[in-house]
Amino acid sequence: MSEASLSPGFAHPVRDAQAAFRALLEAAARPGTIASLRVPAEPPPCLPPAMAAVALTLVDADTPLWIDAAAHEAAVWLRFHCGCRIVADAREAGFVFAADASALPDMATLDAGRDEYPDRGATIVLAVAGFGSGAALRLTGPGIDGERVVSVEGLAAGFVAARAANHRLFPRGVDAILVSGAHAMFLPRSTSIEEA
Amino acid sequence: MYVAVKGGEKAIENSHAFLAEVRRGPADVPALALEQIEGQLGLAVDRVMAEASLYDRRLAALAIRQAQGDLVEAAFLLRAYRTTLPRFGASLPLDTAVMAVERRVSATYKDLPGGQVLGPTYDYTHRLLDFSLEAGGETAAAPRAEAPLDAAMPHVSSLLAGEGLMRPEAPDDGREPVDITRDPPRFPADRSARLQALARGDEGFVLAMGYSTQRGYGGAHPFAGEIRYGAVTVELVPEELGFPIELGEIMVTECEMVNQFKGSRTEKPQFTRGYGLVFGHGERKAMGMALVDRALMAAELGEEAVHPAQDHEFVLSHCDNVESSGFVQHLKLPHYVDFQSELELIRRLRAEAEERLAETRREAAE
Amino acid sequence: MAVLARAPEAALEAALAALSPAPAWQVLRGPETGMVMVRGRMGGSGRAFNLGEMTVTRCAVRLGDGRIGHAYIAGRDGRRAELAAVLEATAQGAVPPSLAQALASMRAAQEAERDDRSRRAAATRVEFYGMVRMG
Repeated sequence: MSEASLSPGFAHPVRDAQAAFRALLEAAARPGTIASLRVPAEPPPCLPPAMAAVALTLVDADTPLWIDAAAHEAAVWLRFHCGCRIVADAREAGFVFAADASALPDMATLDAGRDEYPDRGATIVLAVAGFGSGAALRLTGPGIDGERVVSVEGLAAGFVAARAANHRLFPRGVDAILVSGAHAMFLPRSTSIEEA
Repeated sequence: MYVAVKGGEKAIENSHAFLAEVRRGPADVPALALEQIEGQLGLAVDRVMAEASLYDRRLAALAIRQAQGDLVEAAFLLRAYRTTLPRFGASLPLDTAVMAVERRVSATYKDLPGGQVLGPTYDYTHRLLDFSLEAGGETAAAPRAEAPLDAAMPHVSSLLAGEGLMRPEAPDDGREPVDITRDPPRFPADRSARLQALARGDEGFVLAMGYSTQRGYGGAHPFAGEIRYGAVTVELVPEELGFPIELGEIMVTECEMVNQFKGSRTEKPQFTRGYGLVFGHGERKAMGMALVDRALMAAELGEEAVHPAQDHEFVLSHCDNVESSGFVQHLKLPHYVDFQSELELIRRLRAEAEERLAETRREAAE
Repeated sequence: MAVLARAPEAALEAALAALSPAPAWQVLRGPETGMVMVRGRMGGSGRAFNLGEMTVTRCAVRLGDGRIGHAYIAGRDGRRAELAAVLEATAQGAVPPSLAQALASMRAAQEAERDDRSRRAAATRVEFYGMVRMG
């Protein structure tokens, strides 16, 4: 995408970003629930609208961003609206965007923060085909009363095992946001995931 | 024990109204306009910008008006405001060698390229109160020279460096500087963290620490190599553009303090320098900063670090007036429970002491 | 563009009003006020350090023909940033004569101000003279 085809971000930058932030916060507090986000009117075609909304809400000059080949066309738009540096090495990234779920780098190689500053762990944002059908996952952990069973369509093989390995690093670790259309599901590092 | 922690809302509300009335002053006197503060209390504006670590003249003027001229409170207001703004990035380092100079003096060389330019200074005033200002007299425009100043004014340190007599600055290795507003403190502190902390430090604290190094608590033999004040252009490379653009100009004061250095096992005798750079016109602050910067280099230069001004933790942890003020003033918050426990302890200790005393007397009487 | 970043709002408004036909634009981002961390160099020439932040307002617009203009200017004036972005976009390619003239007069005004400030400072330059010992 060239600069000439740049589209605007949120229609109301402050209000929409605050609404999306609030929705993501709720989603993080209740892992497995599905949040519906305020999204920009014309996000880049290669990004799910919710992925574009996460970028406009959470990514800025202080969070280096890695994007996969499928999201590459959105690089100009992301750099323009977020002012972020786009890095070639996912290990340096604060946010890791995969528009193609199978292109997600090995989670074990991403920045999981340090014991003194576990908050510095990276967040992955992963496009999936949909919620409500597909693989069933059993979630347990903070923010979940007992257990919550969700189904997600289009997760790459090995996702559950990678999350289990990540979960063992707690309080260090990588957080995950699954997105589809204008919807997002937050799976923080504290959530334990099993195949149901 | 139950301690009331609620209540007081009405009192607080009325206190705000009281404060607003006092701030406004007599209603028959016109209210101060921000333009008046910006234009006529410019050095107060400069100090607030420096200590708030936020360059915005109008916001600083507003903070001064809101704080009734309490400059530490005004800096606090600006610090709070800055937390609401996103950061677009970091500028390219300022090039002070091409500053549009309003003042530039050196105490080490009489004749230097570009000359000694006094600018607007109180240095040669008689410190006599000027009662014509009380009468509100207008001021005539200052004279203009026929020609402007030289476009380039080399730093005095570059003259000494040319002879190899000045310890060179470590070259820019592209390392990201520490940002004390985001990175947790570490000691010994990197020089980038020290300079950032001093640049926003309290002028009184920085000045006093600098003074202490002159009085024997730091072993400094400083000369004001150069002090300059003027406008510098700020450039940013926005991530989406990839090339530098000019944002505008800011006014800064820079000081290079030259110090003798006897040399060490690895280095020849030469001059070293301390550096000061502050927002606005703040000469005392820039000079104090340069003295303290040099003192804080003690360990790096193989000097014994025994004085307060040479102690990274001491200087950096106490130079910030927003932090100092916060911690001192928090003592006004209710400590009712803490104090009750202290009170009980004191009563018990006293009772025990009296008991022991009585016993000693009994034994003595027997 | 440096000259637009330093120009007062009135000069920018006048330059826009003089454009014929009046440009239409879509705001792509902003105007948004934020901060830039200003950096200095140790000793004026060494490694970088963070001096403190300054307020900056940015805006990006797209003209009807697709040209995109950017502005990042010191301070918090959103209108000035939007005007500067529109004029910057308009100045890309063939600069309309009225805009060329407006930019030239903005530049001249800024140079005159700089010259005046420098000459005011130059009047305080010390002219040392030696005392000649007689006899």
